[in-house]
Amino acid sequence: MTLFAVIFYVLGVVILTATGLAVTRRQPVHAVLYLIVAFLGTAALFFLLGAPLLAAFVVIIYAGAILVLVLFVIMLLQRSPRELSLLSEWGPALLLGIIFLTVAVATVFKDPGSKIVLQGAAAQPRDFGRFLFDRYWLAVEIVSILFLVALVAILHLGKKREADGDEDEVNPVRNPSGAKEGHS
Amino acid sequence: MIVPLGHVFLLAGIVFAMGLVCLVAHRNLIMTLIGVEVMMNAAAIAFVAAALRWRLMEGQAFVLFILAVSAAEISLGLALVVSLYRRTGSIDPDRYDILKW
Repeated sequence: MTLFAVIFYVLGVVILTATGLAVTRRQPVHAVLYLIVAFLGTAALFFLLGAPLLAAFVVIIYAGAILVLVLFVIMLLQRSPRELSLLSEWGPALLLGIIFLTVAVATVFKDPGSKIVLQGAAAQPRDFGRFLFDRYWLAVEIVSILFLVALVAILHLGKKREADGDEDEVNPVRNPSGAKEGHS
Repeated sequence: MIVPLGHVFLLAGIVFAMGLVCLVAHRNLIMTLIGVEVMMNAAAIAFVAAALRWRLMEGQAFVLFILAVSAAEISLGLALVVSLYRRTGSIDPDRYDILKW
């Protein structure tokens, strides 16, 4: 077992432990903090598997931007105790997960290609960027349009009261009847 | 030199199953979104391992697009959660019964 293999298994244990702790927490803040550890482990794993640029992107985008955004939103919202109560859905969820895992493991290890030992290699960031803009420039542009669409949708959702104006016109029709029922 | 391909896929599969359990089991929309993130992370691990196995950079390019789609999805999902919270005062999907009559 080489040093790389030892590093891989250590990283695997770190990722699995952090993810397992994250998905079982009832407090979303704790889950996000554990998830940051899991994503940093993933970044190290990407570096080990020869993708240094992607490792940097995972640290910057996932651990740096997305999870901080989730933390901010958690701080915006008020918790209700019911969301933190013990869940009745754990049984079916675990059953689904175990079935999925069994099928996936059987599929992967049935293939003799799964025993091929990976050879170390690294895609240099310069080569990767050149490859990306050489062959997949259209996909990069489409992703930028996707971000634009997401931005427009978020701005529309975040707009305060003008969007609900037409709803307020609906509510007076419903409210008097509800008020009458309440009084009678 | 590093590890068999199956072990990396096994790691990705276990992480994906954890994300699936998180997605189904929790009663909190933010935890649901976190479950989706975990599943996308597992897919990215599998893609990077496949890129190393076949020595093709396409796998890494796909991981980049997974990152982009995941960022767009989580930001839009969080905006939806905030909008729903403003409208109903809860982020519990069981409470969304406006359409019930």
